[in-house]
Amino acid sequence: MYSFDIQRPTSVADAVAALATDEALPLGGGQTLIPTLKQRLSAPSVLVSLSGISEIKGVCTGDDGALCIGGGTTHATVANEASAYPGLAALAGNIGDPAVRNRGTIGGSLANNDPSACYPAAALGSGATIVTNTRSIAADDYFQGMFETALNEGEIITEVRFPVPEKSAYMKFEQPASRFALVGVFVAKYADGVRVAVTGASEEGVFRWTEAEAALSSNFSADAVPAAPSGDGMISDLHGSSAYRAHLVAVMTKRAVAAAS
Amino acid sequence: MPKDHGIGASPKRREDVRFLTGAGNYTDDINVHGQAYVHFLRSDLAHGKINNVDTSAAEGMPGVVRIFTGADFEGVGGLPCGWQVTDKHGEVMKEPAHPVLAQGKVRHVGDPVAAVVADSLEQARTAAEAIVLDIEELPAVVDMGKALQSDSTKVHDDLSDNLCYDWQFGTDTETTDAAFKGAAHVTTLELVNNRLVANPMEPRVAVGDYSRANDEHTLYTTSQNPHVIRLLMGAFVLGIPEHKLRVVAPDVGGGFGTKIFHYAEEAFCTFAAKACNRPVKWTSTRSEAFMSDAHGRDHVTKIELALDKDNNFLAVRTDTMANMGAYLSTFSSSVPTWLHGTLMAGNYKTPAVQVNVKAVFTNTVPVDAYRGAGRPEATFQLERVIDMAARELGVDPIALRRQNFITQFPYATPVAVEYDTGDYEATMAKMEELMDLGGFAARRKASEANGKLRGLGINCFIEACGIAPSNLVGQLGARAGLYDAATVRVNATGSISVMVGAHSHGQGHETVFPQVVAEMLGIDEGMIDIVHGDTSKIPFGMGTYGSRSLAVCGSAMVRATEKIINKAKKIAGHLLEASDSDIELKDGQFTVAGTDKSVAWGDVTLAAYVPHNYPLEDIEPGLEETAFYDPANFTYPAGAYACEVEVDPDTGKVTIEKFVSADDFGNVVNPMIVEGQVHGGIAQGIGQALLENCAYDENGQLLSASYMDYAMPRADDIPHMASYVVDHSCQTPCTHNPLGVKGCGEAGAIGSPPTVVNAVIDALHSGGHTHVNHIDMPVSPSRVWAAINGQ
Repeated sequence: MYSFDIQRPTSVADAVAALATDEALPLGGGQTLIPTLKQRLSAPSVLVSLSGISEIKGVCTGDDGALCIGGGTTHATVANEASAYPGLAALAGNIGDPAVRNRGTIGGSLANNDPSACYPAAALGSGATIVTNTRSIAADDYFQGMFETALNEGEIITEVRFPVPEKSAYMKFEQPASRFALVGVFVAKYADGVRVAVTGASEEGVFRWTEAEAALSSNFSADAVPAAPSGDGMISDLHGSSAYRAHLVAVMTKRAVAAAS
Repeated sequence: MPKDHGIGASPKRREDVRFLTGAGNYTDDINVHGQAYVHFLRSDLAHGKINNVDTSAAEGMPGVVRIFTGADFEGVGGLPCGWQVTDKHGEVMKEPAHPVLAQGKVRHVGDPVAAVVADSLEQARTAAEAIVLDIEELPAVVDMGKALQSDSTKVHDDLSDNLCYDWQFGTDTETTDAAFKGAAHVTTLELVNNRLVANPMEPRVAVGDYSRANDEHTLYTTSQNPHVIRLLMGAFVLGIPEHKLRVVAPDVGGGFGTKIFHYAEEAFCTFAAKACNRPVKWTSTRSEAFMSDAHGRDHVTKIELALDKDNNFLAVRTDTMANMGAYLSTFSSSVPTWLHGTLMAGNYKTPAVQVNVKAVFTNTVPVDAYRGAGRPEATFQLERVIDMAARELGVDPIALRRQNFITQFPYATPVAVEYDTGDYEATMAKMEELMDLGGFAARRKASEANGKLRGLGINCFIEACGIAPSNLVGQLGARAGLYDAATVRVNATGSISVMVGAHSHGQGHETVFPQVVAEMLGIDEGMIDIVHGDTSKIPFGMGTYGSRSLAVCGSAMVRATEKIINKAKKIAGHLLEASDSDIELKDGQFTVAGTDKSVAWGDVTLAAYVPHNYPLEDIEPGLEETAFYDPANFTYPAGAYACEVEVDPDTGKVTIEKFVSADDFGNVVNPMIVEGQVHGGIAQGIGQALLENCAYDENGQLLSASYMDYAMPRADDIPHMASYVVDHSCQTPCTHNPLGVKGCGEAGAIGSPPTVVNAVIDALHSGGHTHVNHIDMPVSPSRVWAAINGQ
């Protein structure tokens, strides 16, 4: 990797100030950024590590009943402590491997918005709110395509608020090599309707499968899941065609509905 | 009662203590005072004409010692190929130049164009970014069929075309054609044996060192065969006489074939150490390994099987294209020919077997031997076509195999080899017993109740190991002998160092070889150590590959130990005042037969080195013997494998529920290590069958260039140990080596891929997907789904 300076602020305010430096980059758990640096694909002047900021770590329940997770919280912590939202805890507990789960953070994952990552499906599928140092962003407005989000430069995810559904489940069909989601579907049943979010499949990143949402809102059963969506716009690569991914969207949705608890 | 020491016992691997406690000494652990580091600038184009390599901006950058390009190597040789194949027209193979650094053209992604030597690796990388390459992109040729078309781009402009050789072997065409003409049934199958990347845990490393004081070169390298590297690099590339070149391969973290070959980076570091007058170190990154380690397999084959009305095999005919990549790697030419064609008879008494192989140059990484090397390719096509024939004929695949088994030994096949011994019925029966075939129907029902399709796959295999009789392989084009050597050095107080030509990089030689010597001498294994991997310490042996170490080097060690025993008996006879012909050696004691007069091992060894009371007029002092062993034949391990898979028809995902291997390895020295070898080999074969896929796009870009896209088998891809049964109780000892051993290192990787694919096809047929007769490996979820849905 190229040489860089590193700063380890202990407050969000100090981190935001440090990120104002030219060519500065925030470092969460480093699960994407560190390999990128090692391959010399990124050359920041300063890395601002967020891992020493205790105010953005931890899991709690908000006044409105939402599950609030600090942006710097690791997947392992969510897996262990988000028992109020079992579907989300299970998702976190199946990201990567133990090393990834003990370093990677929810804020880092959502800020990166990898099209095959798991967390975007949970955030979009829950209608979560992404809270930053300056504002709150609804998940529906936050995800803007592959590796694209509503975040501005230097903006830090401090918290993610998840409304807790009556039932939920995440089903991931793993890409055989990376074990990222080839297709992952998060289904959440709320009193006012069902949300279905799909990761891994689309060239536009995570998306809501609205046809399935409508069908499941009136009948929450696997049989109600519609036929597979069109493969147009789905990813086609070494691991599967767009038609295969589209097919898996329906299969994984059915399985998520069947497993929802 | 299992033995607790010597041959047949399973002592734990003594080398694991250092490996597991971080005390191993791998090549990357070796740092020579004053060393510099090299970074190779590699082509990101599959094919291009080098107009200019401008290093001027990089020369003066911080830490740069020297920058090399292809021009610096014009005065030295290219990387040699160790086996010359003669084609069916009597022409020798085309052998294009393989420069250490690219000259004139780049021919695959990863081809090294320049090398920057600097004080630190980061400085070398940074300077390399300042090198300006003017490379004119040329159309790349990746597909072998296209490469053979007359209008194809040529990988090598000085060759007439991309055909390396057009080889034919076995039964003549007239006889073969007649057999097919008279057949009651012919089954034809076209298939791909997928290209693989070996991916040993330890990437390749080379450290070159040069001593001006005595003009001596030392190369530390991740090699399976240091003497082979010394011979090839010294004699053919750099022109360094053997006595001025030492090659050290210390602890090596897995080879799987890909560390047999002599690579450009080894020659570079050796050359540059002298040119820069500084030690030069290179450590491959994993990304570099994907585009510079020789790949494996990559055959495209059409196989036909002819049967008579009673389902007896009449003839096998194959037509294969074998990918050589852009250059001929060290043993690449021998893999699709002599390591593949000679095995096409399999376990069967088929009277006519004809093998046709076209070897093809493409703009891809060179392809060479990978665990099994040619034999998995042979087994896969033969056992797939037999399975397909059984299905077409509506007969039991086990019965069809059984009825065609070779049962009389020795057996001379139509493809030139003579199987010395075997009992294929015994391994088949053992497999049937362990697999509980009677319970399969119930297990299939249970799977179906769960929405899954269950399939049973059967496979038999034979391999030729213990490579190889030198006079035979010499006739076939090998440019080296394939004997091995051992020196048994008994020390004054009775401990022993055994210097062996074989190299251990996971096989456990340090544990197994002492078991043999200890058994022969009747002394404790702890008194014996193995020395390997350093040409300055060991006799000239050819290293480890082709499941040869124990069969060939172990036999040399037995011969050397026999010489030790003969001499020690003479010394004991002198000490006991008896004729050496009356001396018996048992449990470390030399006894005069029929008396209670004896001397201990240690008394004899001390006398050899402190010869105060010693027959100096008859024998020399000291107790050290060397033996070279050249095998009389190959060895022929064989076995019967079976597995059960579940297929999820909704996703196409295949899981292996149960795997059984029944192998005949002849005699077994350490059962635990043999079982571990087979477990690992099967896991690797499952990797090939279900997961691993080295893929290029049509422009020659490597699509699976990292673990994000290249799927290695992981622990949860293989069955739980209770359902993963490896058996080696069927033993027909090899008839021509002193230990009666055959070799076990490659069997699992040879026998398992067709077993898995046969099971998947069986599962799909059970679910009514009878249009699916074959799926190419890796049998990934998307391929299974596409096959089911006719896509």
